[in-house]
Parts: sequence; C-alpha cells; structure tokens
Amino acid sequence: MSSHAVAHEHALEPPSATGIPHDKMGMWVFLCSEVMFFTGLIGSYIVLRFASPSWPHPGNTLNIWLTALNTFILICSSVTMVKALESVRNGDLAKLKLFLSMTLLGGSIFLSIQVYEYRHLLHAGFNPHGSLFGSVFYTTTGFHGFHVFCGVVCMAFVTGKAFLGKYTQAHHQGVETIGLYWHFVDLVWIILFTIIYLF
Amino acid sequence: MSDHAHPNYLAIFWILLAVTIVEVGYSFLKVPRAVLIGGLVLLAGFKALLVALYFMHLKFERKTLGIIVGSTLILGVILVSVGIGEHVLPKP
Repeated sequence: MSSHAVAHEHALEPPSATGIPHDKMGMWVFLCSEVMFFTGLIGSYIVLRFASPSWPHPGNTLNIWLTALNTFILICSSVTMVKALESVRNGDLAKLKLFLSMTLLGGSIFLSIQVYEYRHLLHAGFNPHGSLFGSVFYTTTGFHGFHVFCGVVCMAFVTGKAFLGKYTQAHHQGVETIGLYWHFVDLVWIILFTIIYLF
Repeated sequence: MSDHAHPNYLAIFWILLAVTIVEVGYSFLKVPRAVLIGGLVLLAGFKALLVALYFMHLKFERKTLGIIVGSTLILGVILVSVGIGEHVLPKP
C-alpha cells in the first residue's frame, strides 16, 4: 500500500483525546469491567472455600492432566493470535489468515475438551447442585467457557473478514481488538486453572 | 503501541509452558498448605503478568492505559483481600 493510501486511511479515523484508538480504548474499558466480574467470582470462591470446614482435593475429582493440556492449547492460541497481529502489521496477509485460523482452531479445541470434561464429570455424578465445590467449579469455569465461546464467534467473524481482504497493513484495528479480548480470556484461564484445579 | 515493540513471542510462550509444567508438578508436592497456595499464586501471577505485558502489549502502551488497568487491578485485589481477611484475621 502506498504511503498516500496509508495516510488517507489514518485520516479517516476520528481523533482520540487519549491518543489511543477508540475501539482499543473501548475494549480495554470493557476488559476492566470483566476483571471485576471475574474478581467477584474468584472472591466468592475464596470466601466459600475458607468458610468450608473441608474441601475435596480437586485432583480426586478433576482430570488435572487433561486440563493442563487444555491450558497449553489456550496459551498456544494466544501465541498464534499475537503472531496474527504481528503479521498484519508487517503487511503479511497470508500469515494473518493462517494465524487467525489457527487461533480459531485452538479456541474450538479448548471448548470441545471442556464439553468433553463436563460430560465426563456429570456422568461420574459430579454436578453443580451436588456440592459447594461442584457449584463453584461449574459457575467459574462455565462463565469462562462462555467467554471463550463468545471469543470464538468473534474470531470467526474477524477471520472471515481477513479472508475477504478487509484488513490491510494500515487498517487492522479489528484484529488488535479481538486479540486483546482473546489474551484476556487466556489470562483469566491461567488464574482459574491454578486456583480451581491445583489448590 | 509503539511501532518499535517486537517482543520475542516464542520465548514468552516457552516460559509460559515451562511455568505451567512447574505449577502442575508443584501442586503434587507434599508441602504445607500455605506454602503450596503461596507458590501457586506467585507462579500464576507471573504468567498472567507476562500475558498482560507482552501479548496484550501493556508494557508498550501509553501510561494512561496502564493507570486505567492498574486502578481496576487494585480494586480487584482489595475485593479479594477483604474476603480472605474475614477468615484469616482473628475475630473480635
């Protein structure tokens, strides 16, 4: 793309008082509200857990290794997401499509494994209404799974736009915005995996 | 984000992977509960920090954004600390 075209696309963007593009700022503010949402869930878990006279060891009920694999997949998808952004910044649109598709695949595999895990646990009698641990487990991981699901839907939309050639080296704010959300979902899972599965 | 920010994403990936393996291994160790929880929280916090600083590029963003996100984190820590304090601190 010529420097004139790049300058023209930048000129189309409305000015921002903070110097941060509006979509990015909007996503960060949304993520801040999400921080408080998950803090509420994690805080409730901690209060309930400390207040309980006994708490089952998660390893006796949950499959730690399967979830460790799922954590690995989500971290991989975060790497492919950041590589997608790097690619479009470098003007490599073929790699953008490749890395976005890989991220989409990673998110879908994560969700599939979570559904498999839920089915297995429910079949084994570990359900949300059977114990406090079950209630906390399904609430926190369920809400996180819902966030991943929303991320996968948005990622599919962004990937589709990439294949339609809607992003360029100069205009790719959508990729950065969905990337922020995706990394946040990964970050939350890093915390949840530790406190729900390993404590 | 600065145009000059090019972190080594693969190096960060390997660190995240290594810390995750250490975490899982550590969780099986027979150590006092407080030591176990403290260690796991530190490791998870380190991983979360790496994701926020490098994958979300917070390290290279304007200070305004850091202040907005930092304020939220402080409020979050206060919220969780109040919950923990209720059970850890001696009752009057």
